Amino acid sequence: MDTQTGHVDVRNVGVVFGAGDTEVTAVNDVNLHVEPGEFVSLIGPSGCGKSTILSIVAGFLNPSSGAALCDGKPIAKPSSERGVVFQQYSLFPWLTVRKNVEFGLRMAGVDQSTRNVTARSLLDLAGLAAFENHYPDQLSGGMKQRIGIIRALATSPRVLLMDEPFGALDTQTRVVMQEILTNIWQQFRISVLFITHDIEESIFLSDRVYVMTARPGRIKAEIKVPLPRPRTPDMHDAPEFVELVHELKGLIREESLAAMAPEIKQGGLAGFGMKVGPQSVGEIYGSAPDALRKN
Amino acid sequence: MPSPEPVKTPTLSLVAPADAATAAATPLVTMSKPPAAETSQPVAPVKPKMRPLLERVTRDQVVAALLGCASILTLFVVWYLGTKYRLEFYIRFKNVPTPYEVFQQAVDVGLSSAFLTNVLYSVKRILLGFFIAIGIGVPLGLAIGRYKRVANLFMPVIEILRPIPAIAWVPMSIMLWPNNEASIVYITFIGAFFPILLNTVHGVHALDGVLIRAGRVLGASELQLFRHVILPGAMPSIFTGLAVGMGVAWVSLIAAEMISGQFGVGYFTWEAYSLVNYPAIVLGMITIGVLGLVCSGAIRIAGKLLMPWLAFAPGSKK
Repeated sequence: MDTQTGHVDVRNVGVVFGAGDTEVTAVNDVNLHVEPGEFVSLIGPSGCGKSTILSIVAGFLNPSSGAALCDGKPIAKPSSERGVVFQQYSLFPWLTVRKNVEFGLRMAGVDQSTRNVTARSLLDLAGLAAFENHYPDQLSGGMKQRIGIIRALATSPRVLLMDEPFGALDTQTRVVMQEILTNIWQQFRISVLFITHDIEESIFLSDRVYVMTARPGRIKAEIKVPLPRPRTPDMHDAPEFVELVHELKGLIREESLAAMAPEIKQGGLAGFGMKVGPQSVGEIYGSAPDALRKN
Repeated sequence: MPSPEPVKTPTLSLVAPADAATAAATPLVTMSKPPAAETSQPVAPVKPKMRPLLERVTRDQVVAALLGCASILTLFVVWYLGTKYRLEFYIRFKNVPTPYEVFQQAVDVGLSSAFLTNVLYSVKRILLGFFIAIGIGVPLGLAIGRYKRVANLFMPVIEILRPIPAIAWVPMSIMLWPNNEASIVYITFIGAFFPILLNTVHGVHALDGVLIRAGRVLGASELQLFRHVILPGAMPSIFTGLAVGMGVAWVSLIAAEMISGQFGVGYFTWEAYSLVNYPAIVLGMITIGVLGLVCSGAIRIAGKLLMPWLAFAPGSKK
């Protein structure tokens, strides 16, 4: 694959939903970029507008201000140049696994035999060759998402956009899926913009991680991941990894709290026997971290 | 089902092979479901291995068939006893023909060319009305479901016309259409049209938006979206519409034939009443029942063939 394509540039992007009294600024002045062949994660508390950014890069949504570019061209509408893996299962239930993988090529008018060859080799790569004639409803969640990934890769997109693709999976499956994804990425070296709220996932997979603020979302920090490629599961225990996790947790924690500030002010958490008010925010986290850390 | 005696002593060893064979066969007969899909790896999922027919008949199916026969038999027994003893208890069996008279009628008339002509007329009208309803209802339903402006344009008139039963169209239809045949087909069409249309619209609305987005990022044009995403996605709902539409189409057809018809099973049945030929009334009714059954069965089979994935859809297994 040509490593010179797949450059994504998001410039001063702002998105405002609604108008007048109901106007909500979802994201504000976001700048980020993905270099060709780079794996970049975007992480932030829930509701911060991570998925809004992805929708813009995918072409589902036009920004209210600023611009998103792919290889220098403005992004206006969805295109198979930018493959998307969705959080929800998005395989076509009426097509077999292989036909799902072939779908993009079929839309592009590629002939049956070429489609077959491509789909089979991708299915091999994902370890799902034996399931080519199954229907999606016969498969587990992890299998469906693996097929979602190779389906998006089948049309050789310039960039792959992934919107919390493992969000619906259980923890064990999720860890395995991360390893499978990093292995697949290692073979394609495609540009990836990966949305997640899972800190360790973002570090394990990425070259760079952007941290977003609470709504209205802005880029709060940009962190390089110094871990070597290819990534292996034992890197989870590497000191750099642990340190990055710690750093990112601190950054996200501030934002999660900021996101919940209105609730805290309204005494929404008083029922938990916590002190409320801005000063006690740190204490709240000290006393009941898990209840709040979940974005 | 009695389980075979386990082999306890070597003296029984001569019997053992036969016993072992039944022991092996027994679980196959009672097993109602194949193992879960994920564990049955490379076996093609759609075509299970052909096993001898007898082994594939499960106890569940035998019970179901027996109960089915029992319910039909009960109907005939009530009919037979009622007509044999000429029962009168508010419901009057006085003029009702006996099953044997109806059978006689079926033998006498059933294969006559006049009767077959009637059947063919009805079938032709049903198919015409039904397929025109599909031809207009499905594309229009897809467009209404997909585009708000098309819905804005068509839904008001549809909501006004929809509550009018097809039978109420009979006089208007006779005035409207140049000949009898066209007016009956039109009434049949009206009966089938609204269920097909509205279920198609519902199918498009119920389609998960992520599938449309997936189609678009995979490069589908608007036309390709219709053909490859929206139509197959709405298909289960469309088939619900076809099944309902076929039922209403028969109701409408028979009513139209009884009122204004020449030829057709409805006409045959009403004419039998006018001519005081009571066995022929029942023959006509049974014919309508059988034709309706065949039509809805055909739709169900077509649905299974066109939508094999539904066998695995969540909720398809109890």
